[in-house]
Amino acid sequence: MKWEVVIGLEVHAQLATQSKIFSGAATAYGAMPNTQACAIDLGMPGVLPVLNEETLHMAIKFGLAANAHIAPESIFARKNYFYPDLPKGYQISQYEIPVVGKGYLDIILEDGSVKRIGITRAHLEEDAGKSLHEDFRGMTGIDLNRAGTPLLEIVSEPDMRSSTEAVAYLKTLHTLVRYLGICDGNMQEGSFRCDANVSIRPMGETKLGTRTELKNINSFRFVEKAINYEIERQIEVIENGGTISQETRLYDADNNTTRTMRSKEEANDYRYFPDPDLLPVAVSEELIAKIKTTMPELPQEKRDRFTKAYGLNSYDANVLSSSRDLADYYEAVTKVANEPKLAANWVMGELLAAINKENLNITESPIKAEALGQLIQRIHDNTISGKIAKTVFVHLWQNEGSVDEIIEKQGLKQVTDLGAIEKIVDEIINNNPQQLADYKAGKEKLFAFFVGQAMKATQGKANPQQLNDLLKDKLK
Amino acid sequence: MTHYTLADYQQQLASKDISSVELAQFFLQQMAKHAHLNSFITVCEQEALLQAKHADELRAQGKAGPLTGIPFAHKDIFCTKGIKTSCASKMLDNFIAPYNATIVDKMASAGMVMLGKTNMDEFAMGSSNENSFYGKVHNPWDLNCVPGGSSGGSAAAVAARIIPAATGTDTGGSIRQPAAFCGITGLKPTYGRISRYGMIAFASSLDQAGPMTQTAFDAAILLNVMAGFDPKDSTSLDTPVPDYTANLNDSLKGVRIGIIPSFFGQGLHPDINEAINKSKTVLEQLGAVFVEIDLPHHDLAIPTYYVIASAECSSNLARYDGVRYGYRAKNPENLLDLYQRSRSEAFGSEVKRRIMIGTYVLSSGYYDAYYIKAQQARRLLAEDYQNAFKYVDVILSPTTPDPAFKIAEKSDDPVKMYLSDIYTIAVNMAGLPAINIPCGFSGHLPVGMQFIGNHLSESKLLNIAHQFQQVTSHHQKAPEISL
Amino acid sequence: MSITNDEVKKIAHLARLALSTDETNAFASQLENIFKLVTVIQNTHTDGIRPMSHPFDAKQRLRKDMVTESNERDIMQKIAPATELGLYLVPQVIE
Repeated sequence: MKWEVVIGLEVHAQLATQSKIFSGAATAYGAMPNTQACAIDLGMPGVLPVLNEETLHMAIKFGLAANAHIAPESIFARKNYFYPDLPKGYQISQYEIPVVGKGYLDIILEDGSVKRIGITRAHLEEDAGKSLHEDFRGMTGIDLNRAGTPLLEIVSEPDMRSSTEAVAYLKTLHTLVRYLGICDGNMQEGSFRCDANVSIRPMGETKLGTRTELKNINSFRFVEKAINYEIERQIEVIENGGTISQETRLYDADNNTTRTMRSKEEANDYRYFPDPDLLPVAVSEELIAKIKTTMPELPQEKRDRFTKAYGLNSYDANVLSSSRDLADYYEAVTKVANEPKLAANWVMGELLAAINKENLNITESPIKAEALGQLIQRIHDNTISGKIAKTVFVHLWQNEGSVDEIIEKQGLKQVTDLGAIEKIVDEIINNNPQQLADYKAGKEKLFAFFVGQAMKATQGKANPQQLNDLLKDKLK
Repeated sequence: MTHYTLADYQQQLASKDISSVELAQFFLQQMAKHAHLNSFITVCEQEALLQAKHADELRAQGKAGPLTGIPFAHKDIFCTKGIKTSCASKMLDNFIAPYNATIVDKMASAGMVMLGKTNMDEFAMGSSNENSFYGKVHNPWDLNCVPGGSSGGSAAAVAARIIPAATGTDTGGSIRQPAAFCGITGLKPTYGRISRYGMIAFASSLDQAGPMTQTAFDAAILLNVMAGFDPKDSTSLDTPVPDYTANLNDSLKGVRIGIIPSFFGQGLHPDINEAINKSKTVLEQLGAVFVEIDLPHHDLAIPTYYVIASAECSSNLARYDGVRYGYRAKNPENLLDLYQRSRSEAFGSEVKRRIMIGTYVLSSGYYDAYYIKAQQARRLLAEDYQNAFKYVDVILSPTTPDPAFKIAEKSDDPVKMYLSDIYTIAVNMAGLPAINIPCGFSGHLPVGMQFIGNHLSESKLLNIAHQFQQVTSHHQKAPEISL
Repeated sequence: MSITNDEVKKIAHLARLALSTDETNAFASQLENIFKLVTVIQNTHTDGIRPMSHPFDAKQRLRKDMVTESNERDIMQKIAPATELGLYLVPQVIE
């Protein structure tokens, strides 16, 4: 039987605020245990939550970017369950009326086509703390620093039909939240977490199959692998006459398997009800209008502009717009050197290779965009060749001065004096009579030999075009 | 000396007839002398004397405010930094709050001297003060009777003149009912008028703090300090605080007072009926006009209240899990055992009962039938009041159907106990202010009546209560043991 | 309506309360009596009435995104039943 895969994703994006969603405690990552957990985060008796304005603004930003309905009034509710990392015995979340309603995101598939993925909702909630399972004489340690960190939970429609689509959607979302500046997207630190709802159904069937929820899939690679494993598992179960039970499964990256975490029967009765400590959250048309004016150019808009304004192909435009910092860098380069295609090649080639090798962020690049622009400018005005430019790039990376200083100091300036090149060419022809004879006899490949000899003699500084023309002339 | 009011002590302190330290010492002695009433959970002698000394120094420097050096007590539901805050529960018997409730800070910065923390029903759940981990409180008018609850310790202490004033909290009548049973003045302000920050939550959408005093004048003085917006409480009202003493002497001429005839029928003790009838005559003599009104949905009040308050409480009390503070069961076998035993060993039966009711009404399959339905009924009740206030300025109602009952009389029958809240709880659901004042006696026991006003009408309620107290003496009567 | 002991047990588990048999029996009959009181709301027509969660139709106030709290771990953990290395300790959590 042919099976259709149905996937929906729930993403928890930690919002990049200074303080927590309902308290004034810091949200910085990596602090000593419980040093960023104040009385409110600890669920002390009598303390009360007050909503952080920035979290609402960030949620609205996302809603606008996801073409979504923004609720004029949304409600915080309590999700009641007992767990040691949940200090109050309830999580403050949004249930019936989330701040962001229905919307959509367009993703680009491998074949370049566009697919629209529905956004069901996005709501604000507080994160829980962390359980540390290292053994404290048979006890578990609880760190509540993360408790109360603001989250935006973004729920998609079950619109994805393969793990590849799921990853494409996840990447699109990941790019978007970083563009909006509402989440740092750091998956290792858990700032961007993903759960996947996976089900299968016979091709052509319109009713949804029973789904399982996969948890703990915190890298793009794991999302793909976990979903693929789960699809295979479900197909096997059904084809062997079994049925899928609705349950939560944990992905185990070490064995690349998923295993049951809790079944539907064990599922908690969360007893949601409106939090009486918090009032309905109003969002006015004026606020939405104000936030609209602060919206950055979105990835899709930027991609379109890059192809139109700079004549880039869609692959290059896609890579260069994949992060706001990278796009800003690229545009700063083109501002100095008006050579968009050359700039794209350099940024995506030498620069990203060096950056990735040293595991840096583009903003930490030792070569600033202005310097790379200068370098490209010097290629363009024939001061240096593209090949020499790679040498200059290495010196620039080592912080050895400006582009022009390096060219000067290292004597890398291209030789454009026709007389000087001619002298060298004559010398080489004279010194290699055998090759000359062979070339004239039809071994045209030897042309490259002469170019190489000339470049060697000029230490690569000869203008390649001039050299070519001259050699062609002399070897006639 | 014990029959002076807070206003009297203000004058005596201002004229330096007495020092704050002397006043504190005197009331600390009163507390010791009446320890058998069990109205206090914690006595803060050292801290109080230090505060009093500081108050005297401020006065000497000419820096005293109107309440500098005035002794009082907090209900043990308000978090007090460095001082045990138990909420009368075994759960918090070892809880030393690391922070102050907003009103604790406010009253301390006004220079008031806190003498101790008063007894109460555990987590403010109860109408008799029999549900305290620290034992029941006795009614100073009759030691065999309950003082009412949940602010029973505060009411008994003020009535017995152990302290001149105390704070209380009122979720369904917990200030007004004990005030009625003990013959004192108790004001439940508009919801949100006084910050809830640091006040241990029972039912968040109903809880409200307020003053418990001998007179309406004293209540006005205290409300001036307690009221006000608090950025730490999202439900706190961001409206200016008037001087609540400013309108106390306004004439009652033409004030329209609503009466609900059905409130005075069967079920109301005849002595209370008679006391209120006599009070009506007094009020008429003062110029007030009585208007008959109706609250058509009032029979929904008790069930609605017990659904909503219990739902909120079941969630509010989930934080008591033996992990970060409070009681923790010995040698838990596993996590579930830690939770279950810590909570079962430390919560009293009334608290457990409310948690059970609340968990039930919120659970899957019952939420719509109980919780949503109750929230809809709540709106009907609130709208009834808004309709009534189109015709009247305030409503006069009994506070309780009966005078104080005997200890253990109702403790085995929760339904009977809940039904005794009939006159007080709708007020909380509508978020309205109401004040209880003494209006006579049933035998040797005092009885009270309450005025209910529209939102933020505290000045009007205090004005009416004060005018009534200017021409009557019920509020001046004190139990024999205080003499 | 009647409330069975099993229902009481289920609710007690949700609320993390361990009830003795006596308590379970007592709660079953008490809850039943209490819910008899509640039937009066269930017999009331409330169609189209907006549920009321708060006494006022006020809106949530917002605070500025500022860090106002400092590290108070030592103060907070002084009243904690069991801590080690700054962590709260609980019986092992098995996932």
